[in-house]
Amino acid sequence: MATLTYRDALNQALREEMQRDPNVFLMGEEVGVYQGAYKVSRGLLEEFGPQRVVDTPIAELGFAGIGVGAAMGGLRPVIEFMTWNFAVLALDQIVNSAAKMLYMSGGQIPMPIVFRGPNGAALQLSSQHSQAWESWLSHIPGLKVVAPATPADAKGLLKSAIRDNNPVIVLEGEMLYNLKGDVPDSEHIVPIGRADIKREGSDVTLVCHSKTLSVAVKAAEQLAEQNVSAEVLDLRSLRPLDEAAILESVTKTNRAVVVEEGWPHSGIGAQIVDLIQRDAFDELDAPVLRVTQADVPMPYNKVLERAAKASPEKVVAAARRVLYLE
Amino acid sequence: MATKVHMEALSPTMEEGRLVKWTKHEGDAVKSGDTLAEVETDKAIMELVARADGQLIKVVVPEGSTVPVGNVVAWIGKPGEKVDGDGAVAPAAKSAPATPAKAPPAPQPTTAPTASIAPADATRVKASPLAKRIAREAGVDLKLVQGSGPGGRVIKRDVEGAPVAKTTAAAPAAVPRATPDVRRTGVPYEDVPLTQIRKTIAKRLAASIGPVPHFFLTTEIDMERAAEAREALNKQLDEEGGKISFNDIIIKAVALALVRHRACNAWFQEDHIRYWNEVHIGMAVAIEDGLITPVIRNADMKSLREIGAEARDLAGKARSRRLKPEEYTGSTFSVSNLGMFDIDQFTAVINPPEAGIVAIGTIMPKAVPDGDRVSVRKRLRVTMSCDHRVIDGATGAAFLKTLKQMLENPLAMLL
Repeated sequence: MATLTYRDALNQALREEMQRDPNVFLMGEEVGVYQGAYKVSRGLLEEFGPQRVVDTPIAELGFAGIGVGAAMGGLRPVIEFMTWNFAVLALDQIVNSAAKMLYMSGGQIPMPIVFRGPNGAALQLSSQHSQAWESWLSHIPGLKVVAPATPADAKGLLKSAIRDNNPVIVLEGEMLYNLKGDVPDSEHIVPIGRADIKREGSDVTLVCHSKTLSVAVKAAEQLAEQNVSAEVLDLRSLRPLDEAAILESVTKTNRAVVVEEGWPHSGIGAQIVDLIQRDAFDELDAPVLRVTQADVPMPYNKVLERAAKASPEKVVAAARRVLYLE
Repeated sequence: MATKVHMEALSPTMEEGRLVKWTKHEGDAVKSGDTLAEVETDKAIMELVARADGQLIKVVVPEGSTVPVGNVVAWIGKPGEKVDGDGAVAPAAKSAPATPAKAPPAPQPTTAPTASIAPADATRVKASPLAKRIAREAGVDLKLVQGSGPGGRVIKRDVEGAPVAKTTAAAPAAVPRATPDVRRTGVPYEDVPLTQIRKTIAKRLAASIGPVPHFFLTTEIDMERAAEAREALNKQLDEEGGKISFNDIIIKAVALALVRHRACNAWFQEDHIRYWNEVHIGMAVAIEDGLITPVIRNADMKSLREIGAEARDLAGKARSRRLKPEEYTGSTFSVSNLGMFDIDQFTAVINPPEAGIVAIGTIMPKAVPDGDRVSVRKRLRVTMSCDHRVIDGATGAAFLKTLKQMLENPLAMLL
């Protein structure tokens, strides 16, 4: 077990998979000579050369399309976006080409491609560069979407993503890259579609993913001081969802609060609430509540930005409401 | 606008009620809170009270009829006010007017609702899905539970401590009882419909011996010293009034033994066991056409005199069928005593969700070995029925041992 940053855990995953399979290659803006805008690809150009670590122009739709073509030809591309805010330009390739290829070729052309990069707000990057795209991406049949919250999950899920024969979206976080955590030394794989209980509890389930894991854990700590035992369920994969894990936890606690970075309307939380009310109706002692970003473009102003984001205090308040403690 | 008077759920298990007697009659002025009628529930005869002021303008249900909870039994309104129909929920097709343009049909004459009338639920209870499920599984009537959630929503914590009762479908009205002795009348048998209380006994006890895995432990207790103690106490009490019975001593001893064996002071709750920290002893009382178990609350903390007074009071109320629901629900363990019927020993059926009951036989002189000799001593046989889901053999035996020690040496109760 080594202590690694989230950034280095991703780097390890890329290196190990590129060593393991010569068909794997990395492509994106500044991934080679500059070693990545967030240094995720540090040392890879040196080790694997410019054929497998490819710097691109600032043309997201173009290099996403090249990736799709390469995957059709039998390679296993990893496409890095500097952020998912820029990847909006490439959505046509992701949604119309990558996600549909296997289906529209009648199962003849698999699409083993990974699209990855930081998602959601960092600090004071204002409204155009602070967006959480998971509800857009996980809406699309044909895509898998993962959002690791810890270094170990980042490594294990990226490796699973690269080995998957379907297009997989890996949502990282600028604010997560420096996060340190234990990562198993040997081959470490986290299967796609498997949630993880990051903290056990009995009174309320806090459903979270990616950056909201730390929000939920802090909320659980505050709730513990109030004698409330909160269970923190990290989704890890947003599509497919680990429905059984969610239902099992809610069956135990009878209450849930869903925390996410995105906006409330048509958000990931709405999907979770739909699942719970449908399949765990008789287990519920209270309506499921959601904590999301405020339903506005992300403010640039620091105070307003903080007010707009999901916070432990908001999660605690929601948990107290579903426990009828308010 | 006239107000409907509904058949109310006057006990936790009540699904229908028999209107025994109207204490107000058509034309009488009534105030909210006035007693309108006496209603026989499955447990007792209760009062149905007015929920509005005005005049009792119409009585829909005649005395002697049985109607489902929620049905309209009368109307309260202004003098001379007309009410529409009889207010009962009739099958839709029954007398639907062929021409909708016509004036509404004239008020129908008073008719007794028949058993085919669907129960109209007068009050919608707001409850969380989980609370509803728990209530359904435990047989709790949500109408009788005070909701603590927003807008009075019944939530999990509200139903967990609620009185428990099993419910099933309604059945026809109660009518005369069978005569107690056989008479050669020429008719080989007489079919007697079940009374409300007999129905409840049938449901509850069938729900016990069937699904509850019973086992039985019997012990014989020497009652010489308890008898001496009782005699001495009663001698003193003669001057002050109020005698202590063996039953009082046994209830006290059972309660104190339970304090030391909480494993037997428990309710089986499907997915969990509720161990009680309070000791409420249900005392089976035979009444004219059945039995009921009024509860002596916190019996471990009461003196023999208090237990005796309370037991007499509850038994009296039980026999006159005036027990209130809170007086016969919530026991954590029960005692059934057939000592007065010259029964050596017997086994009692557990009163669910309790996990145990002790059956008390008759104290009788018996020859018992006493060293090298044989002496005649007052002996009592006690049989404990245990729910094996809660109590194991050794657990029950340990409890019985404590009970035996307390009765054989009443001073042990002071420990």
